[in-house]
Amino acid sequence: MRVKEANYLEPGEIAVTTVLAAVLAFVFIVPFLWMTLSSLKVPAELFIVPMQWLPKKPQWSNYLRIFNEFPFLLDFRNTSILVVVNIVSAVASNTLIAYGFSKIEWKGRETLFYVVLATLILPFQVVMIPLFILFHRLHWIGTFLPLTVPGFFGSAFFIFLLRQFFLSIPNELCYAAKIDGASEFRIYSRIILPLSTPAITTVIIFSFLRTWNDFIGPLIFLTDNKLYTLSLGAQQIMHNLDPKWDMLLTLGVIMTFPVLVIFFLLQKYFIQGIAMTGIKG
Amino acid sequence: MMWTRRDQRNGLLFISPWIIGFLIFTAYPIFSSLYYSLTQYNVVDPPKFRGLGNYIDLITTDTVFRTSLYNTLYMVVFGTIVITAATLTIAIILSNRRIKGLAFFRVIFFLPTLVPLVILCILWIWMLQPQTGLINTFLSYVGIKGPGWLADPHLARPAFIMMFLWTSGGAVIIYLAGLQDIPQSLYEVASIDGANLFQRTFKITIPMISPVILFNVITYVIGIFQSFAESFIITSGGPNQATLFYSLYLYQNAFQYFKMGLASAMAWILLIIALFFIALLLGLEKRFGYRQ
Repeated sequence: MRVKEANYLEPGEIAVTTVLAAVLAFVFIVPFLWMTLSSLKVPAELFIVPMQWLPKKPQWSNYLRIFNEFPFLLDFRNTSILVVVNIVSAVASNTLIAYGFSKIEWKGRETLFYVVLATLILPFQVVMIPLFILFHRLHWIGTFLPLTVPGFFGSAFFIFLLRQFFLSIPNELCYAAKIDGASEFRIYSRIILPLSTPAITTVIIFSFLRTWNDFIGPLIFLTDNKLYTLSLGAQQIMHNLDPKWDMLLTLGVIMTFPVLVIFFLLQKYFIQGIAMTGIKG
Repeated sequence: MMWTRRDQRNGLLFISPWIIGFLIFTAYPIFSSLYYSLTQYNVVDPPKFRGLGNYIDLITTDTVFRTSLYNTLYMVVFGTIVITAATLTIAIILSNRRIKGLAFFRVIFFLPTLVPLVILCILWIWMLQPQTGLINTFLSYVGIKGPGWLADPHLARPAFIMMFLWTSGGAVIIYLAGLQDIPQSLYEVASIDGANLFQRTFKITIPMISPVILFNVITYVIGIFQSFAESFIITSGGPNQATLFYSLYLYQNAFQYFKMGLASAMAWILLIIALFFIALLLGLEKRFGYRQ
């Protein structure tokens, strides 16, 4: 019996699956192609029947017009502020919390960690209304505070992710430092953090994605269009009489492109983060 | 296990941000949401206690509530079937290690999950256009006149399932990770016994990764119950309330009609339904699933 590989497909099956994979991949990728090509069209071209794949003359100027016809710089600035604050707070708070849940032995640790995990399945809708009322009473509605302050108090998914990583770091390193008289904070900052750059990178990426892509948070908590994010700004112009579809598609490319670049550069951290959520399945 | 006083103090100190955040942003809202669900509350006037009135209204008289529940259950049942079948098929195809360019394919299926939600909605409004949309354009290439997906109450929900399928690459990645853990010896034995691809898939692959299937299904079901931004942006719940999903109606009650009490009651029913589905799926898993 000859030794076969992997899932033991016969040559015919390999051909079929390769072709299938290629067809499916094409189906999944073609909307990106369409969006990119359409972002270079004049608005009228979007409505030609039957659909035209290529713009007659690529309108590169769409990418300049967006600065005039859409408050791009303002919304981009707002989004960037939120992204930076949320990344900093996510790394600072979740590494501390995960350290407490993995590198120090204390009574009740595992029980509280189950509470952390339980909050992962809590639907946002359950807390959404009281949070809105709470922020309303604090006069935080219409400011960035509801979109930034909670991030300083940790997030279940990041705590879980970092804790798993910290557990894989041998405790002997911490004991040695403790014998030398190092405090917990010193062990955290000088030993654990430098060893955890892969996990921290994953947290930074997911924190960026979460904030960059967030729509519901800004929708509920922002009221002043001077503070709108790119997502909320885009959604708002869809309600105009003239939704400027060409601008929206151009914006779509601009908003998607940075995410794709980051993905291609840091792919393994994405896959790690995604696969990690499933391991415990 | 011995705990020293110092470790106890340090441990709690390190997780103290989470404790504070949990109390303010999770525990307090859970309990006040339960309280609001028993009141009539429009934010401006103080809450008026009305016992189980909101729950009774929703279940007995609110036909829109019933519609939104039906729409969401439709997405749960048909969406789970279609999306699980499709993502699992893709993962099984890709798990064939002799396939050329696996890394490339894996990236392709993952890319749609990176598209920001609002852009996803804008893109799919155009994908689903009856005349110029990508889907109907491809249908016209094979001689089919495509329908007005978002104008037809019977097709709007399937259209949403297509959109959700497009963004299910995360499930494919998770399935691929699960498939890698299946011992190759099982396939060897099956192969010697002359099992074909279908037999190997249904007798080995699916039973072996049933915990992963379970995880993805739970994730999808909870996601479906919570999703409203897509229907809020794309259809506003139309046509004829066909995409008025549970959480969209909840959002409308809270932030458009300012019925905070009613919306809170909906949130609690949502929580109970979500817990029910988790318990159900875990029960099924215990009974029929593969155990190591």
